[in-house]
Amino acid sequence: MPSNLIDALFVFMLAAFIGFEVIRHVSPLLHTPLMSLTNALDAIAVVGAIVLVGERRAPYATVMGVIAIVAATSNVVGGFFITDRMLKMFKTSRPTKAQGTKP
Amino acid sequence: MTPEFAASQYVIEVIYLVASALFILSLKWMSSPTTARHGILAGEIGMVLAIGGTLLHHGIVDYKWVIIALVLGSGIGIPLGMVQMTAVPQRTALSHAFGALCVTLVGSAEFYLQTPQIPKFTMSVLSMEVILGGLTFTGSLIAAGKLQEVLPQRPITYKGQNIVNLGLLAVAIGLAVYLVLHPEAKQYFPLIVGIALLFGVFLVIPIGGADMPTVISLLNSYAGLSAAAMGFVLNSKLLIIAGALDGSSGLILSVIMCRAMNRSFTNVLFGAFGQVQTSAAAGQEAKPVRSATPEEAAAILAAANKVVVVPGYGMAVAQAQHKVRELYDLLTKKGVDVRFAIHPVAGRMPGHMNVLLAEADIPYDRLIEMDEINGDFPQTDVALVIGANDVTNPAARTDQSSPIFGMPILDVDKAHTVMVIKRGMSPGFAGIDNPLYYLDNNLMLFGDAKQFVGSIVKALGGH
Repeated sequence: MPSNLIDALFVFMLAAFIGFEVIRHVSPLLHTPLMSLTNALDAIAVVGAIVLVGERRAPYATVMGVIAIVAATSNVVGGFFITDRMLKMFKTSRPTKAQGTKP
Repeated sequence: MTPEFAASQYVIEVIYLVASALFILSLKWMSSPTTARHGILAGEIGMVLAIGGTLLHHGIVDYKWVIIALVLGSGIGIPLGMVQMTAVPQRTALSHAFGALCVTLVGSAEFYLQTPQIPKFTMSVLSMEVILGGLTFTGSLIAAGKLQEVLPQRPITYKGQNIVNLGLLAVAIGLAVYLVLHPEAKQYFPLIVGIALLFGVFLVIPIGGADMPTVISLLNSYAGLSAAAMGFVLNSKLLIIAGALDGSSGLILSVIMCRAMNRSFTNVLFGAFGQVQTSAAAGQEAKPVRSATPEEAAAILAAANKVVVVPGYGMAVAQAQHKVRELYDLLTKKGVDVRFAIHPVAGRMPGHMNVLLAEADIPYDRLIEMDEINGDFPQTDVALVIGANDVTNPAARTDQSSPIFGMPILDVDKAHTVMVIKRGMSPGFAGIDNPLYYLDNNLMLFGDAKQFVGSIVKALGGH
């Protein structure tokens, strides 16, 4: 367990740094779709809920897990869907397919 | 451990690894509108892989309920993905609530399944998971209610509020510490969750509408951190990575929002903006303002070379963005250079104005950030302010006694002519009078944003 814990902390630290670096470069133009996308990605918590329900360990766990799966899946589907709808709306007035606005 | 079991476990771990990489790429591609849609695709593939991989998990025996729940969730997700663009802030708050609900439920179930043999470290992160999840759940619900205007947007405050809030949090943390040391005392667990839920409500009710961009970002960050904590509990690196990415994203956005208002986190969370300044609004009615009709405004706009439109939350409320597009089209056709100045906290969530204007088909290269456009105002013939107030208030630059002193603003007062579309002379959200309206180069255009822009369009020869 302790070695697992240390591994996990390393993963967390690295992922947090990657997150900061990657997201710092997101154009403010796209902050709303960024938030709905991270929301959809965050709903990956659904995997924990799936295991909880799937292992059928206790009736209360199944009930709680089912609600959790429903909540998270609605975020996955709704989040990707609305992010895509938003991004489709962003059009440039320039005829060429040049790189967009600067970050 | 049978060899078969070990093999399937490796396959799942590799699938999770690929999914994690796709999630990072997905966010990386969000940096520019030209690649952003690849980002969604990467995210979707990662998600399908991760869910598919999880279903391979050897311990899963009950597929029926999993499938039913997945289908049900997708059914709810589709309408949530189809909401109007003006409703995006409340939808986002609601989805933070859903994410947090999932995390809190899984954490709670995990506690009852493992207690009393729960290791100290697991119990510590599990407490973090349910406290963060619980407060994000109710806090986001309150935020969504305020944004949907089911609840009052004004801050709700009372004496000693901060002491009550911090006290509640301290009790929850104290109980969590006790449970870590005495995992058999499971009667305290519901209390921790209950206090976290209550704390979420108390945390958001004192926060007013204009602070919503910061609060939504902060709740986004909490939702991510609670998912990361869940990753620690379940020992899932995929969850830790996704949670850390979401947590840092929310944190960066909150910092940007705070900076754009020249305020600190503590000030947003404990300051209850709009409370202190309510008295400042009185006694300003006597000063004269100049106003103009739609026809006059149309003539001024048609004669201009450079026009900068400053949209604010009022434009969203009046649903005026499509009329604004018509105005943009007409003026552009007449050879007028029209651009849009976007203040980072305009609207109710980060990037809100950009999405609304993009929805109205205004090209995104016409939407200019504050720092980039501020230098251009002295060469701008007309600055047209639509439903924005505090973000254009020159007192933020000059008046040290103003509550918003030091907040970065759009320097519209430096344009040759400023026109402000506004319903009346009432002060903005923060209750602060705007000296802009009494300047000699300022014209007030009194009326509903949508109707007024419509009248200008008509006067310019549109329909």
